[in-house]
Amino acid sequence: MSVNGSSTNGQQVHEPVQVNGLRQDGQNQPQLPIYLDYQATTPCDPRVVQAMLPYFTEKFGNPHSRNHHFGWEAEEAVEKARRQVASIIGADEKEVIFTSGATESNNLALKGVAHFQKDRKNHVITTVTEHKCVLDSCRHLEMEGFKVTYLPVQQNGLIDLEQLKAAITDKTVIVSIMAVNNEIGVIQPLAEIGKICRERGVYFHTDAAQAVGKIPLDVNAMNIDLMSISGHKIYGPKGIGALYVRRKPRVRLDALIHGGGQERGMRSGTLATPLCVGLGEACAIAEKEMASEAERLTYLRDRMYNQFKERLPEVFLNGDLDQRIPGNLNLSFAYVEGEGLMMGIKDLAVSSGSACTSASLEPSYVLRALGVEEELAHTSLRLGIGRFTTEQDVDYAVEHIIESVNKLRSMSPLWEMAQEGIDIKSIQWAEH
Amino acid sequence: MAYSQQLIDHYENPRNVGSLEKTDGTVGTGLVGAPACGDVMKLQIKVGVDGRIEDAKFKTFGCGSAIASSSLATEWVKGKTLDEAEQIKNTEIAQHLSLPPVKIHCSILAEDAIKAAIKDYRDKQQVADGKAAE
Ligand SMILES: Cc1ncc(COP(=O)(O)O)c(C=O)c1O
Repeated sequence: MSVNGSSTNGQQVHEPVQVNGLRQDGQNQPQLPIYLDYQATTPCDPRVVQAMLPYFTEKFGNPHSRNHHFGWEAEEAVEKARRQVASIIGADEKEVIFTSGATESNNLALKGVAHFQKDRKNHVITTVTEHKCVLDSCRHLEMEGFKVTYLPVQQNGLIDLEQLKAAITDKTVIVSIMAVNNEIGVIQPLAEIGKICRERGVYFHTDAAQAVGKIPLDVNAMNIDLMSISGHKIYGPKGIGALYVRRKPRVRLDALIHGGGQERGMRSGTLATPLCVGLGEACAIAEKEMASEAERLTYLRDRMYNQFKERLPEVFLNGDLDQRIPGNLNLSFAYVEGEGLMMGIKDLAVSSGSACTSASLEPSYVLRALGVEEELAHTSLRLGIGRFTTEQDVDYAVEHIIESVNKLRSMSPLWEMAQEGIDIKSIQWAEH
Repeated sequence: MAYSQQLIDHYENPRNVGSLEKTDGTVGTGLVGAPACGDVMKLQIKVGVDGRIEDAKFKTFGCGSAIASSSLATEWVKGKTLDEAEQIKNTEIAQHLSLPPVKIHCSILAEDAIKAAIKDYRDKQQVADGKAAE
C-alpha cells in the first residue's frame, strides 16, 4: 500500500486522508481557483479550438463566395458544421441556421414566428422560469399588442401539462418552454409538451441552450418546431449559436436581421466560419461523449450532494432531483446568505441566487417561482460541474463549503434563533 | 467586485462575534434588517457602571460587506459612552471599509443596529428606574 494513500492495488481510493478539510497527502491538489459555474459558460474544448484554428488564417474565405477555392473551402466547413449541429438533435441540416447565440435564436424564434403570424394569431405561451432573453422578447411582443401567458411552475420547477393544455387557445401561435433551466437544471417534459402542441396545431419552441449535449434530444420524436442552441454552453466558442427551424411542416418566420439573404433569408450576414466550425465540432464531441460524460457527472454530482446532506443540517435542494441534468446542483444552505458564503469560498467560482449578486435587489426569480421563500432564496448556491471537473475539485469544494457554512452559521443570528427554537417568521422584521 | 483590504480583514477575522445575555439589564440588543432582504444584524452592547460600553458582540446574516460593517461597528462602539456611540455615522463605516455604492445599505444597517442596541439599553434602564421609584 502506498504511503500517501492514493492507491491500493492500483485502485482509486475515494476517501483521502483529510484534516481540517485539507489533504494531508499533498497529492492531487486541485488547481485553484476551481471553476464550478458550468451553467454560466464552459471553456472551449481544446479539440474545438484545434478544429477552428485553420479557419482564422489559411482557410479564411467567405463561405458565401461562390466563385473560388477560398469560398468553397469555407462553405464546405460551414456545411459540415451544420450537419454536426443537426445530427445531435436529430434534425436535417437544412433546418439549422447559425446565429450569434441562444439570445438571438430565442429572439428570432419568438418575434420571428409571432410577427409572421400576427394577422392570424396573437397569443404566446411561455413559463415564468425562462431565461431573461425569452421573457424580455415576450415583454416586447406584449408591447406590440400580443398576449402572453406566463405559465407557473410546480415546486420541483416543472410545468403542469394540464395548465399548458388549458392555456392554449385558437389564437395561440407559439409555445416557448425551455428544455433545461439554467439555474436549477431541471428538464421539462419536452416530448409531452411537443405532443400537446402538435395536436393543437401550435408551434413548439424550446430554448435548449442548457440541454444540448447534456440530454438526448430528437426534434422529431419530441415534436419540436424550433430549438435554440448556444455554443459556449457546450464547450464551443462564445458568439455563436443556432436555431433549428422545422421544414416539414414548415415553420415560417420574419427575419430580424436583413441583408444579403444568408441562412435562407432568416439571418443575413457573413457567417463566422471559425465559430461555426467550433459549434459543429462541439456538437460532434458532445454527441459522441454524452453518455459517458453524463455518467461521470452524475457520480460527481451525487458525491457532492450526499456529502452535504450527510454532514450539514438544513440543506435544501432547489428543483427536481430526477428530472435534472447531471451537471447541476442548486442548494440552499439555510441561515447563511449566499454572497457572504461566496466570499468565504473565494477559491471556488460559483453562482448564488442571492439578491446581492445580481444587479437587482430581488433574489432569483426562478427560485421564487418554485415557491422557495425569499430568505431561503438568499441562501442558495448553484454548483455547476462539467467536462473538466475532477473528483479532487469536487472534494475540495465540498470541504470548503462545509467549513464556510459552519463558520457563517456560528455567526448567523438566524441560525442562533433557530437553535433556540424561535420561529423567524414570528418576528416583526423591518423590511428595508 | 474588488473589496478593500479592511473589508476582507473584517470578513475573514470578524471581531467580537458572539452573544451577550439579552435579559441582562446592562445589555442592550439591536436586531435590524430582514431575512427576506438578505441581511439581518444583531448587535449587542454591555454598558459598565461608568456609563461606557465595555463590551460589544454581533452576529450577522448577510453578505461580506454586512458582516464587515457590523464587525467594525462593535469595534468602534467599545469604550464609548452611549452619546458618543450614537454619533457613529454610516458614512464613516462605509468610508473605512471602502464599501462599493451597492453596499452602502450594509453600513446603514450597522448604524441602525448601534442605535437600536442603545435604545434597547435605555428602555431597559427606564423600566428599571421606574421600578426603583415605585
Ligand atoms: C437557458 C439559456 N438561454 C439562453 C441563454 C443565452 O445564451 P447566449 O449566451 O448564447 O446568448 C443562456 C445563457 O446565458 C441560457 O442559460
